[in-house]
Amino acid sequence: MFYISIFFQYMSQYLKTKLQYRADLLVEFLSDLMFQAVNLIFILVVFGHTQMLHGWTRDEIIFIYGFFLVPFSVFASFFNIWDFNERYIVRGEMDRVLTRPVHSLFQIILERMELESLLGGVTGLIIMAYAGSRLHLAFHWYDVFIFILFVLGGTLVYAGIFISLATISFWSDARSSIMPMMYNIGNYGRYPVDIYNRVIRYILTWVLPFAFVGVYPSAYFLGKKEWYVYSFLTPVMGIVFFMIAIFLWNAGVKRYRGAGN
Amino acid sequence: MAKYIEMIRIRFLMMLAYRTNYYSGILIYSINIGAYYFLWSAIYGGQSSIQGMSATQMTTYVAVAWMARAFYFNNIDREIAMEIKEGKVAIELIRPYSYLGMKMMQGLGEGIFRLFFFSVPGMVIVGLIFPLQLTTNLHTWGYFAISTLLSFMINSQLNLLAGVLTFFTLNGEGLLRAKRFVIDLLSGLILPISFYPEWAQQLMKYLPFQGISYIPSMIFTESFTNDEILQGLLFQAVWVIILVIPIQFLWRIAKRKLVIQGG
Repeated sequence: MFYISIFFQYMSQYLKTKLQYRADLLVEFLSDLMFQAVNLIFILVVFGHTQMLHGWTRDEIIFIYGFFLVPFSVFASFFNIWDFNERYIVRGEMDRVLTRPVHSLFQIILERMELESLLGGVTGLIIMAYAGSRLHLAFHWYDVFIFILFVLGGTLVYAGIFISLATISFWSDARSSIMPMMYNIGNYGRYPVDIYNRVIRYILTWVLPFAFVGVYPSAYFLGKKEWYVYSFLTPVMGIVFFMIAIFLWNAGVKRYRGAGN
Repeated sequence: MAKYIEMIRIRFLMMLAYRTNYYSGILIYSINIGAYYFLWSAIYGGQSSIQGMSATQMTTYVAVAWMARAFYFNNIDREIAMEIKEGKVAIELIRPYSYLGMKMMQGLGEGIFRLFFFSVPGMVIVGLIFPLQLTTNLHTWGYFAISTLLSFMINSQLNLLAGVLTFFTLNGEGLLRAKRFVIDLLSGLILPISFYPEWAQQLMKYLPFQGISYIPSMIFTESFTNDEILQGLLFQAVWVIILVIPIQFLWRIAKRKLVIQGG
């Protein structure tokens, strides 16, 4: 209960500060929208020259991209942990966080919340609706719940990977570029995994399971029965990877000694 | 002139001090090239050529476009925006050099550094992983070198323009981000211009962006005929000259406004 009320208090503070600078907010929305448009235009232009991508049609690829945007935007809104090393370890902010009676990871998530990224999810839903209607996909009432489950699963996969990477800072405070690298690998999950070779496919499924953010869950809604097993593994993978991340985090916090004197 | 060359040298040495950051950069670029490689292989599927380019040519195109990007890419737009915001530009203005010219030279210093420590080793690594088609024709390499230099100039000029423009806007960050997406899309980095629908291609003929990535990459992959190469180089050169006008114009106004603010 306490955690929920803390969550809403942080959120209302956040909204107050953001709404002070509405013009900034609008510009941010627009540049996010442009980023999403670039990827969409890429797909559209490419399919002007080919009918199929390894048995996937244009609208199916667009649908996957739309789906990908939803968990990704939830992740981007709540898990801004990519600069954890500079912000919390190097500057010693972690000390402040640790003196408070709320779990350290939870506090950091709240402090670094960027709710405006959620708009990307809306874009994603619109893209899915567009692609879905062209594909004449059949929707059942329970698909809504499955969708929410898969989105949560995908978000947790992303969160798990990035939190785990952030915990490296507890062991070594050297700057590393592993985070931007991971963002780029994440893009692989936006396309059907069967276009990659076997090693990459294996990595995307079991080691850095970015495929569970895009292709695998989307396959369920697209009615690709051969992928159903993977689709329903999405929440499982999410929970497993998130648990690993929490475990690593707690172990790291125990080791943490502070950067200052 | 000597002081500008000194600028290039200093920036080069500065970058050299942080060279370890670049090894991971090569890996990031290779990951990106890899993603596009698989994507394009799937797109080509059974087709032997699309828009006159074979799958190998396309892989080479993607690889060289990214590696050339390491050369022409710089953050002088952000630096200018930052220096204007923090007021440092006032000190820069009383120094005996052209501020914008100096920024461009710093960009060149960075570019030369990345050419040797990033693009060349990166291209070797990428060449080992993916099937590339590197030409042995010296003329092609020569044209490519000229074209890449021009692409550096166009990109840097656009950066100068964007940097100076942030002076007039409240949210400079958004402007610079938007500029980056426009360049990614319209420069031909992620998609050759010849793949776009006809109307879009016609439109882009009137914009400078394809001089940044499309023209040098097409030259490198030998997808251009001799006539097209010369036209492309001319296109780039003309834009280098045209872009001087808005930069100088806006810079004059910006300087006048700056004095008022400082007084």
